[in-house]
Amino acid sequence: MKALKYDPLNIVICGIGGQGNVLASEVLGSTMNDLGFRVSIGETYGASQRGGSVMSHVRISATQELGVLIPEGEAHFIIGFEPLETLRIARHYAGAETRIVYDPRPIYPQGVLRGAQVYPDMDALQTEIRSLSVSAQAIPAADIAMRCGDARAANIALLGAFSRLSGAPLDRQDLAAVLKQRFKGAVLEMNEKVFAMGCEAMDAEGGAQ
Amino acid sequence: MEWTMTLNEPGKVCLMQGNEAIVRGAVEAGINFAASYPGSPSSQILGMLGKIARERGFYAQWATNEVCALEACIGTSLANARSICIVKQNGLLCTADALHCGAQHGVKGGLVIVTSDDPSAHSSTNEFDSRFMAMSADLPMLEPTTMQEAKDMVPYAFELSERYRQMVLLRLTTRVCHGRSNVTLGPLPDVPHTLKPVDEWDRLVCVSYRHTPMLETLDSLQEAFEACPYNHYSGPEKPKKLIVAGGTGRLYAQEALHRLGQTDEVGLLSLASLWPLPERLIVRYLQHAEEVLILEEVDPFLERNLQAIAGKNRFTVRFAGRGDGALPRIGELTPELVLAAVSSLTGKRLPERKSASNEPLLERELNFCAGCPHRATFHLLRRVLRHEKNPGVVIGDIGCYIMSSQEAGHYAYQACNCMGSGINLAEGLGQLTAYGLEQKVVTMCGDSTFYHSILPGLVNARYHDSNMLLMVLDNSATAMTGFQPHPGTGLTAMGDNVAPMEIRPICEAMGCKVAEADPFDLEGTEALMADLLRQPGLKVLILRQPCATLKSKQQHTKPRVWVDQDKCLGDGCGCDRFCSRVWGCPGNSWDFQKNKAVIDPVSCVGCGICAKLCPAGAIMVEGGEKA
Repeated sequence: MKALKYDPLNIVICGIGGQGNVLASEVLGSTMNDLGFRVSIGETYGASQRGGSVMSHVRISATQELGVLIPEGEAHFIIGFEPLETLRIARHYAGAETRIVYDPRPIYPQGVLRGAQVYPDMDALQTEIRSLSVSAQAIPAADIAMRCGDARAANIALLGAFSRLSGAPLDRQDLAAVLKQRFKGAVLEMNEKVFAMGCEAMDAEGGAQ
Repeated sequence: MEWTMTLNEPGKVCLMQGNEAIVRGAVEAGINFAASYPGSPSSQILGMLGKIARERGFYAQWATNEVCALEACIGTSLANARSICIVKQNGLLCTADALHCGAQHGVKGGLVIVTSDDPSAHSSTNEFDSRFMAMSADLPMLEPTTMQEAKDMVPYAFELSERYRQMVLLRLTTRVCHGRSNVTLGPLPDVPHTLKPVDEWDRLVCVSYRHTPMLETLDSLQEAFEACPYNHYSGPEKPKKLIVAGGTGRLYAQEALHRLGQTDEVGLLSLASLWPLPERLIVRYLQHAEEVLILEEVDPFLERNLQAIAGKNRFTVRFAGRGDGALPRIGELTPELVLAAVSSLTGKRLPERKSASNEPLLERELNFCAGCPHRATFHLLRRVLRHEKNPGVVIGDIGCYIMSSQEAGHYAYQACNCMGSGINLAEGLGQLTAYGLEQKVVTMCGDSTFYHSILPGLVNARYHDSNMLLMVLDNSATAMTGFQPHPGTGLTAMGDNVAPMEIRPICEAMGCKVAEADPFDLEGTEALMADLLRQPGLKVLILRQPCATLKSKQQHTKPRVWVDQDKCLGDGCGCDRFCSRVWGCPGNSWDFQKNKAVIDPVSCVGCGICAKLCPAGAIMVEGGEKA
């Protein structure tokens, strides 16, 4: 069993309903379970498919039995599917040693499209995300997935990017093995391509710091 | 995942959702019968049971409603079957009569009712605390704190149920149902529980003289719960400061005590047997305590009952919890709330952390999914009612269309009570139109709700010819909870194809005036809606168009929808950005750089309705399977 950089190690995955948030947390969690770790995952389900903010908490420990929710300020990693949601979560859960990887592609809330609200300025938003973390990398996950043929695979691109971060509990090889278990044929091929591009996008950002 | 449900490898550790753990527990208990009506957060349980039922030799059913489900379980108990009934908090309330009568007559084969409460109402209209139902019906209730306990408690509950010939309630909350953690598998039985013929003198009859034996059973259960293996205590033998936790509270408290370095100073009593409470066990720790913090989900149930125990024993204890303001009166427990309460109890604090900005961030409102037919329905309803002399009265019901109370449905309705109530609220108002109420009365229900609880109301409304319109929003699915089959779908929980019970002939057989339309045929449906509202008496309009999310799961390639930005006139069009601002589908976005419409290719499901609505004809639909 590999040693964890933090114990418990806390990961928040956030975005909006329908983005594959739950699958990403389940893939991470079951892989860590198979490696012999104690895992607790909490999911916010209510707004799935319906445009609301959603998040999953993934907690990993060598020995401790943990509650399914991460205490505020205790996240070591934040994986964000959308910049506004990444900031929302970082404000609550980021602490002294938080690393963030997120897709900078905004998804406008209905109120913004209606003209009743204004989406935050992207530069200010990204600056604030950086200020709340040790490192914050913007990875165009949905664009990568769309280029490979299925926008729904954005979560796999982000998982790839995440695996390249220093202190991540799983590395590229661990996750590549999981993909082979989960998918078959053309879908596997597409996901492997998305995953590799996610890893490489992070490496190009100087990720493994 | 289904395979971990039937894997016969005792000792193997799997990552399991709480709902999956209940399924595994039921299989390990060798159940014979399972019935449920879907309700979040426990909807997944019966869906999974249905998939493995044949392999494991039991029967599983998506029942028409929770009453059908529980009463069927009581019936099978006569034949010594082990039955499990799964309901959410509101479903448990539906079964109240059967539950109270059932408690009085007891059971023969084991009967376990899994009830899921939704603290913070993540996917419910209200918070409810099921524990009061156990107290009210004099039934035993258990609550797990981990996924492992959720699994282990199912066979334990069946043993109790059979030993005491009484139903056993198992209370879950959202964080257990939808959380995941490691579960060690137990052995699977070779065959399900043994059925026995119904003996001539087997009697499950609710009569008043059964009241005393029922209370005696509860006394025996209380004695048994003094040694319940799922009640835990850690900390000093004679704690001055005591935390009593039920459900999720235990792990939050454990972590808070650990972070504050107080694990050896403060007692932590975690109670799994919630009713009847093990009084001697509680007194053993309570007698030394000066201060007690109670951690529980939803209402101050333990707090009030422990206060009663303290009072009876003349203990002088200060209680903190939901009832006294130490914790909020509503909403679920969180690690932060528990940490703050444990800090107050111990006087220990964590160092302040650097605080982030408190500037409000914009919230995301809930919306109908991309391509949802309800969006068209409520768009049309608003247009039709706008032409009326007086604004209409619209009554809602429970299903995805409940979101029509928000911007997504143009704040459609004035009232929405419980599931199946819409028809009855409207029926009453419809009668008043003969007594001076000059408004059109409209209500709605989904297809699953129609079978669940609209039918008796429709009989009532038809027999008394209430002046109203019932819109049945038939999207061929129990969409809100995850597409479970219902009597209109021609499918069963075990995957069999059966003859569907069509809504239209049911309504016609009752003598209702029935019309049918496709909400995506915007012009035709608007005219029909207006016409029906002008007619007196009871009208039923079936609006048929499958759920877009269900369709997109089934289609392999979706049509490509895109905006020809040369044709889009932007703000110069005069359409008020109809697609993104008025229509409001998540697939319709706005390109703020070019000030033109754009389709969000991630959200769009390719239904192409917006292309029909764009006044400039700028939205293009190409290829794919027709959605």
